Amino acid sequence: MIKGDPISKILYVDLSRKRFWVEERPELFDRYLGGVGVGIKLLLEECPKGADPLGPENPIIFSVGQLNAFFPLASKTVALFKSPHTGNLGESHAGGRSATAIRMAGYGAIVIKGSSSIPVYLVVTSRGVNFRDASALWGMATYTTGRVIREREPGAGVRTIMRIGPAGERLVTYACVVTETYRHFGRLGLGAVFGSKKLKAILIAGKLSFKPENSKLYREVYKEIFDEITKSDLMKKYHELGTAKNILPLNKLGGLPTRNLSSASFDQAENISGESFAEKHLGRRVACSHCPVSCIHLAALREPYEHEPYFYKTRMISYDYEPIYSLGSMLGIGSTEGVLRLMDEAESLGLDVMSTGVALAWATEMLLKGLIGLEETGGLKLKWGNVEAYVKATRFLVEQPTSFYMALARGVAYASNHYGGKSFALTFGGNEMPGYHTGPAAHLGFLTGSRHSHLDGAGYSLDEKMVKNGEKPSPPKIVEELLKEEAWRQILASLVVCFFARAVYKPETVCKTLEVMGYKLTAEELQKLGLEILKHKLEFKFREGFSFKKLSFPKRIFETQTPHGKLSKSFMEEALKLYEKKVKALMEGNL
Amino acid sequence: MKAIRLKVVDVDLCVGCQCCMFACTRRFGEAGLSKSAIHVGSAGGFERGFIVRVCKSCEDPPCARSCPTEALKVRDTGGVSFQPNKCIGCKNCVEACTVNAVFWDDSLGKPIICAYCGYCVDFCPYGVIELEKSLEVEEA
Repeated sequence: MIKGDPISKILYVDLSRKRFWVEERPELFDRYLGGVGVGIKLLLEECPKGADPLGPENPIIFSVGQLNAFFPLASKTVALFKSPHTGNLGESHAGGRSATAIRMAGYGAIVIKGSSSIPVYLVVTSRGVNFRDASALWGMATYTTGRVIREREPGAGVRTIMRIGPAGERLVTYACVVTETYRHFGRLGLGAVFGSKKLKAILIAGKLSFKPENSKLYREVYKEIFDEITKSDLMKKYHELGTAKNILPLNKLGGLPTRNLSSASFDQAENISGESFAEKHLGRRVACSHCPVSCIHLAALREPYEHEPYFYKTRMISYDYEPIYSLGSMLGIGSTEGVLRLMDEAESLGLDVMSTGVALAWATEMLLKGLIGLEETGGLKLKWGNVEAYVKATRFLVEQPTSFYMALARGVAYASNHYGGKSFALTFGGNEMPGYHTGPAAHLGFLTGSRHSHLDGAGYSLDEKMVKNGEKPSPPKIVEELLKEEAWRQILASLVVCFFARAVYKPETVCKTLEVMGYKLTAEELQKLGLEILKHKLEFKFREGFSFKKLSFPKRIFETQTPHGKLSKSFMEEALKLYEKKVKALMEGNL
Repeated sequence: MKAIRLKVVDVDLCVGCQCCMFACTRRFGEAGLSKSAIHVGSAGGFERGFIVRVCKSCEDPPCARSCPTEALKVRDTGGVSFQPNKCIGCKNCVEACTVNAVFWDDSLGKPIICAYCGYCVDFCPYGVIELEKSLEVEEA
């Protein structure tokens, strides 16, 4: 660690007592770098065993890493909490300006404890915290909340404004936290944890700077990385069409979940491809702070008002692969306009789009199969492609007019426990599935990944590689690769480097950046540290009741063809057992 | 007339990555934003695009006119040069700059003035900014 780097300062905020203080923890940052490495240690310290995720005892931890504000594409903040959605480890990453703002305000982590009696928002600077009354903001959409705070508070350009919408206030367990209007701490329900604490928003602003010991080396390594990002083709995909580029190749491959995964290819995929979105709507591309890639694609959606001729509104809506999958192919919606309208609704309410789409897809199949009726759906005729009904249903997830929506506001796992339809409830460890039906590695990863995300071990990428190479998957191979990738990603998530930059931040490159930060670490030592961090995350999970025995694959994944053919149950069970064995070895220090 | 100035070529090319701001502070070997003489902020939310604030290198700069201690001197090549030893930190220049391109270094209590070095230009991948030199400068 660079001597005197303020990253070792942790800002504690107690919402119950409206107090804040700073503690210095250099030993934590020195050993675990920052981000998820430090965050998980803080979560283990601050979150009591068996805590109610929506109780004041559940802490929210935001942590950044040593590379934030030092190197390009180190642009992410990690949030850790106990998830109200799965009842276990909550971890979510977001960019925007959040990481730069926290680091430049002079903190390595922010720990938010307790619960406020009235709605508040926080203003955080290097001088500390101001508590502001947010009762007038309660009930407001995420867009409006951002606008109001932007007008009222200082720090334009060097601040982040994290906020929740009505979904977080109403404790929908997959409510998200929106930052800079278009980036999200999307998954696992951080928005509901904010809501339970009556915390509407946090503004963080700062513009410090720090000097590494070897400035010359710093500038050299920086330039090398910057050139690789901007002059090679490594980031081109993210830059041009963005992640939406994946729609067509995944559809062609037969791995794009469609109509609640009753199929893995979508007959209208062309209509909702990255190319279609760009040609019809792309209005602007924007970037996170300190990322020259600009992968954030904003669509301009122009719609007429019905009450007056020649009166239009134009909204800017961010789109990506996952929202197009979950609110597009998964719901059988084959128009860019339809998908954008749904995205806008979810964004405005502050819902995780991925869980929302999977929840509505499950509800649709329930209705189509006659397992529920219009009484449950609040009169909505949910059927594939019915945009109007889905827009209303999205609102109902927040307003919860029937007990069915009250259940669905707690996720597909919870709702299917009460209403049936478990065989086509696409949840893994309590979290709704991401947009990849690519083969065994993707599904094993969803189930075993520490946050049940496709980003844990990137099984989809492994599946695709194996298809390309004509390689037959085997349980030992996919287990080994998933674990190795997840361990390495703990390092990126501790620095905190955006996963999109993983091809640039290879182990050797990371070692060079860490040399600037005063470390002498080898690639092997980093991989070992990654495993250690993963072990701490699993420690938290086991402490909170995680067990491999409780895990099961939804039946639907075995019914629909993947690019690797139909998945075999015995293959997947064998892989799961092997994964469990490896985790046991890791926990006992024998891996 | 000889002139060097930083020019915003097309603000709509800006994606708001702020790499120019980080570059400006990195001139001093530092990581961060506290020494930056260029600022990128949204024009009222990311959806509306960005405002890029740079020193326009005015012919008759209001910042220099407002300085009571002559710490800011008009340069032959346009713009101003800053002599920190003369500066008393009154912030008149910050107030005087019509385009809000005089920034403040909190740690020193003095203004940050663009030196027209063009280091930031090398780190703008979209060609939003360029260092403009008049013919006379090019020839010299």
